[in-house]
Amino acid sequence: MNNNLGEKILIYGILLFWTFICLFPIYWTATTSFKTAASVTQGLLIPWVDFEPAWKGWKNLGLSPDTIFTESNPREEFFARFFNTALISSSASALAVILGSFAAYGLSRFNYKFGFMRNPDISFFFLSQLILPPVVLALPVLVLYRELDLLDTHIGMILIYTLTVLPIVIWIMRDQFNAVPIELEEAALVDGASVWISFFKIVFPIVLPGLASAFILCLILCWNEYFLAALITSTDAKTMPVMVASQISSQSIKWWNMAAISLALCFPLILVAIFLERYIVKGMAAGAIKG
Amino acid sequence: MSETKIIERDPLYVVSPSTVSENTKRAGKLIVWSAFLLMVIIGTVQSLYSLEKINFGFSNWRPLLYSYILWAIAIGYSRVLIYGERGKRNLFIFPAVMFIISIVIFPMLFGLYISFTDWNLSSVDGRKFNGVDNFVQMMTDPYYWNALKNMIYYVLAVLVEFAIAFLLALLLNSQIKGRKFFRIAFLIPLMLSPVAVSWMVGKSMLEQRFGPVANLGRWLGWETPTFFSSPEIARLTMMCMDAWTFIPLMIIMLLAGLQALPKEVLEAAKVDGANKWTMFKNIIFPIMLPVSLTTLVIRIIFKLKLADIIIIVTAGGPGGATDSVTSFIVREYRDRSNVGYGTLLSFVYLILIIIFMTILIRFVNRWLQRAA
Repeated sequence: MNNNLGEKILIYGILLFWTFICLFPIYWTATTSFKTAASVTQGLLIPWVDFEPAWKGWKNLGLSPDTIFTESNPREEFFARFFNTALISSSASALAVILGSFAAYGLSRFNYKFGFMRNPDISFFFLSQLILPPVVLALPVLVLYRELDLLDTHIGMILIYTLTVLPIVIWIMRDQFNAVPIELEEAALVDGASVWISFFKIVFPIVLPGLASAFILCLILCWNEYFLAALITSTDAKTMPVMVASQISSQSIKWWNMAAISLALCFPLILVAIFLERYIVKGMAAGAIKG
Repeated sequence: MSETKIIERDPLYVVSPSTVSENTKRAGKLIVWSAFLLMVIIGTVQSLYSLEKINFGFSNWRPLLYSYILWAIAIGYSRVLIYGERGKRNLFIFPAVMFIISIVIFPMLFGLYISFTDWNLSSVDGRKFNGVDNFVQMMTDPYYWNALKNMIYYVLAVLVEFAIAFLLALLLNSQIKGRKFFRIAFLIPLMLSPVAVSWMVGKSMLEQRFGPVANLGRWLGWETPTFFSSPEIARLTMMCMDAWTFIPLMIIMLLAGLQALPKEVLEAAKVDGANKWTMFKNIIFPIMLPVSLTTLVIRIIFKLKLADIIIIVTAGGPGGATDSVTSFIVREYRDRSNVGYGTLLSFVYLILIIIFMTILIRFVNRWLQRAA
């Protein structure tokens, strides 16, 4: 019994320690966004005990109680970037989920033959895109986009983001489709439905949770993407990570500002993690179990 | 559902009366060829215009893109016209294949060409073919080799991350209260944008005068807690930051594997009186081997793309000690805007990755077969 108790303490100790490591940076950033310059330089930790919180960072962003109803350029800039990020990442994820789930369904149900390529080869062709580092595509795409006038456009960003997450969708969805019993569709086909009708009417509702997982994973990856966005966008389609990154170099002294804006960048996904954790875990687990 | 029985037949197979009339077939072919012709015409006009041979044309190449999309749609539609039910099946993978070919294969071929040119985007001369000059320059570029060497360190760090993730996954899988809370808390670092992490951890918590980690370091007796001044410590710091973001991914994948372990085997071992360590060594770890290796491979794939936090926090410094290949190429491009050389470097990197991943996956497969 004694041994058991010690073990329990050890387990919870490690778990709590790691929880602390995971959450402390967020706590630190959140408190820093309410600090004044003096409390920043003293490295104070606990609000109301160590220092008196002020709306400093949020005021600069135009999101504090006394500035929220007034004109604010940073706030408009922020929401424009926020909107860009939301639009680009959700469109790219949706497009990837559509293209990817069609392809995954086709691969799980039919035998294809394109020249020497059969199903395993086609699957490999799709999944091999995963190891392609963005930097390889970045410069050629940059030049190509310039010719096509796609630089700094939403559609250009959506296309390239779709590409980066497409293999992940195919990977997750192939398993989801394999788990759906074929007999269901066979019955529909015998009744005279076409393959596409049976796909939308029968298979689609069954795999909807899997689709949601894939969509959320894509959304997370696109939302946080910085590298390609930094190269391709400049003003119109600029996303939040690019904006935050540019402010890191220019505003690094104004800690409260940076803290507020970093937190604002992460906040939506923290909410996603808290409320949609089930789907995120499901999507990643689907990848792991396959082996 | 044995696979050997049906090799040629589709898993989803229904006899469908597919009689397509000759006229429909002809119409299908006509559509494809006319769309193709349109694309060729637009392409020719635009190339002549950009070569200043003719004085009418479009302001950019976008019309060619539209006609290309039209052509792709025409191909897809004609599949259905020509092949009937079989064409409809092809339509499932056709969009994804076309998409990848358009956005990966074309730029790659183009990139292959520009990697043999000397092309400064800001100069007016345009690109000049310079053969293997870029390659020769690469061979003698100490910073590129240094970046490659750093990548080896970064990839090796994955093993440590794996050990930590495995331990945490085991703990999460044991009989504990509040598992959901811990799972969400552990997941959160993965949600954070690398850009935000760069500031939150790299710039503010590791700030040497009043960052909390620096304060902790001083309290523990480290006189000058600087995290980015000596090469080794800077590299270690970057490894830790990257690990912090990606350990959640490994935890979740491993946890999924642990939850799928056959309960009977574990019970039987417990009845036989196996202690925790022997159970782990002889049962859990071997059964977990496929999941572990998948997790490692996925993690290494992500690691090879490592760039964001390095670009923002250290920009490769001090003296290239923290450079990853990607961050180095970006710097090369930003400082000298030489597209040709940067592209060559990235292609060499891609080839190295492909070789490395092929060996790794082959090795993993062989290991799995021996274990099975």
